[in-house]
Amino acid sequence: MRSMMKASVAALAIAVSGAAFAGSHGALTGDLKIFLDTSNPAPRATMEAMIARFQEMHPDLNIETTVIDREAYKTQIRNFLTANAPDVATWYAANRMKPYVDAGLFEDVSDLWEEPEIAENLASTKGAMTIDGKQWGVPYTYYQWGVYYRKDIFDELGLSEPATWDEEMANCAKIVASGRACYTIGTKFLWTAGGWFDYLNMRTNGFDFHMALAAGEASWESDEVRATFANWKQLIDMGGFIDNHQTYSWQEALPFMVNGDAAAYLMGNFAVAPLREAGLTDDQLDFYQFPAINPDVALAEDAPTDTFHIPANAANKDAARAFLRFVVSADEQTVINGPDNLGQLPVNAASSVADDKFLQQGFAMLSSNAPGGVAQFWDRDAPAEMAKVSMEGFQEFMVKPDQLDRILARLERARERIYE
Amino acid sequence: MSAATSDAAALDQKSWHARNQIAVTPWLFLAPGVLFFLVYVIFPIFQSFNISLYEWDGLGQADYVGLRNYEDLYWEFVDRDAFYTALWNNLIWLVMYLLAIPAGLFIALFLNQNVWGIRLYKSLFFFPFVISQVVVGLVFTWFYDPTFGLLNTMLGWVGLGPVNVLGDERLVTYGIILAGLWPQTAYCMILYLTGLNAVDPEQVEAGRLDGARGWRMLWYVVIPQLRPATFIAFVVTIIGALRSFDLISIMTQGGPFGSSRVLAFYMFEVALSEYGFRMGYGAAIAVVLFLIMLCFIAYFLFSMWRQERGR
Repeated sequence: MRSMMKASVAALAIAVSGAAFAGSHGALTGDLKIFLDTSNPAPRATMEAMIARFQEMHPDLNIETTVIDREAYKTQIRNFLTANAPDVATWYAANRMKPYVDAGLFEDVSDLWEEPEIAENLASTKGAMTIDGKQWGVPYTYYQWGVYYRKDIFDELGLSEPATWDEEMANCAKIVASGRACYTIGTKFLWTAGGWFDYLNMRTNGFDFHMALAAGEASWESDEVRATFANWKQLIDMGGFIDNHQTYSWQEALPFMVNGDAAAYLMGNFAVAPLREAGLTDDQLDFYQFPAINPDVALAEDAPTDTFHIPANAANKDAARAFLRFVVSADEQTVINGPDNLGQLPVNAASSVADDKFLQQGFAMLSSNAPGGVAQFWDRDAPAEMAKVSMEGFQEFMVKPDQLDRILARLERARERIYE
Repeated sequence: MSAATSDAAALDQKSWHARNQIAVTPWLFLAPGVLFFLVYVIFPIFQSFNISLYEWDGLGQADYVGLRNYEDLYWEFVDRDAFYTALWNNLIWLVMYLLAIPAGLFIALFLNQNVWGIRLYKSLFFFPFVISQVVVGLVFTWFYDPTFGLLNTMLGWVGLGPVNVLGDERLVTYGIILAGLWPQTAYCMILYLTGLNAVDPEQVEAGRLDGARGWRMLWYVVIPQLRPATFIAFVVTIIGALRSFDLISIMTQGGPFGSSRVLAFYMFEVALSEYGFRMGYGAAIAVVLFLIMLCFIAYFLFSMWRQERGR
């Protein structure tokens, strides 16, 4: 009797899950070429396992997976989208996909977003996937940004997580007085400085001004931008950042935090894994939301989203659409974003977040304490050229804060050229 | 009658072949090389010129903008912006990189002797040229590291303060050039070592009888005989300086804040890197770089032509 019930429950489960994929199941044949940029060992294994599960569901489909080095992928995508396109390719949300959308190289997948399962469960990321009122891909993972800090150092100095800029400055003054830097950072590859600008500008001027600046609608020489840099300068002048950060990559900046020479790191959640590997325990490591600066603006957050797209020149778009549906399904999202896999946040509202204190805090922060809005990241929200020029300016400012006027004038000239 | 004409025609044809065989054969052998040279070198030069007149992101429609890209470069030069820095750095590279020639010569003179194990020493000196530029870049990056690097540890021994070579916009280019000189010196050394084998011992002997020693011997007897080696060393060093890219890419990515860029890297940055979508602008930089190279190429070709004629 019990076994019979077990069997019928199992059968029911199969029937239900079968029904969910009824639209796509059954007739998928031919080749499905998938290009991935998840070249780091852990994400690569996650993706390959996920594709294997998809293959099991569609045994007649011949799936061919190509994993390309994450950095090399960023330049190769231009070539393979125009010639010899795969059926599915990974990329990033927001402005980062705009050149390819404008060139007609990504398939419009608005039809997927009209299906109730996606429309209801992925609503929070729809904005990031939308250009010109259409959706051009689906997200598969995202992660929070925020301040990762050494709890043991904070305890030693009697500090608590700051919620306002005054508390932040007071904390930092004590950390500097103890012979440490408040923050580690490595700006050799520039984008880490973009994260600082994101937070300082969103906290000083709010999400809407930040987006207007990214869209070229606000001046770099405005009082708002100057206020942001004035706040930044406070931290720089008091010795808040480690020295020589312009020589380090973000990974090379990790030892400063591990060795206790710096107390905190403004970073994405992907920094947790290397910090744990370096020997920091969860008792030593904690997370807080970037403190408020201007009490009049709502808190907004960075949460970069990684995505899947169908190239316009894909050969097997039916199979590609089925794959996209599979990737964003609640169960798959729970699995691939789980602690043993990507260790990030699932995009599907019906998925469960891994039992990890950083992910839980990040999820809570993004779902209930980011009323201002969620940004992608400076180099994904601003056009590529503006991102490059401005991040170079941020790096220069962090080394030579006195050059601010010259830097802002240069950025303003670049804005006039880039957005014309 | 008709048979006679066809015979005559056949004879005529054969005689043309026979007559021109010697003249045609080299061209036939050259044809594949010429073809590839045209397709992969000459044609792209003109293509670059053409693209530099357009504004194009490499994906969509290309818009004709005339000389607008060059105008932008000019303004960047006037404003002492990225292009000015890149051009200036290229100049520093050209001048500093030539130090590889005297350095290579002196190491070659030093190693040009018969002692036990000299082959081993020679190979050790030649070693940096064998390893990849990427490895050279990484090794020097670690060497210069402001916190953990060997350089600052050694400076610490003599009481000199820490210096962040790759993070200081005034030092960074020289730091990279020094890394580049390491393999380039080895290259020049090997050129001079082979050149020294060809130095005529009788002339050296004659010089010695006339009382030439040391510097005078080197300057008036040995170096003139090393002229061919010097010429080749000069050519490869100039070309190496102008196409310096890999070391900059590995060591600094053009940073800090763009102060170690050279034209080749800047071109890559604006056209092909992660954030680069300005094919036309990149092509315009490539054209400028090509024109600079053309001066040297013309000089090299001219001096080679003069040498040939001199024989």
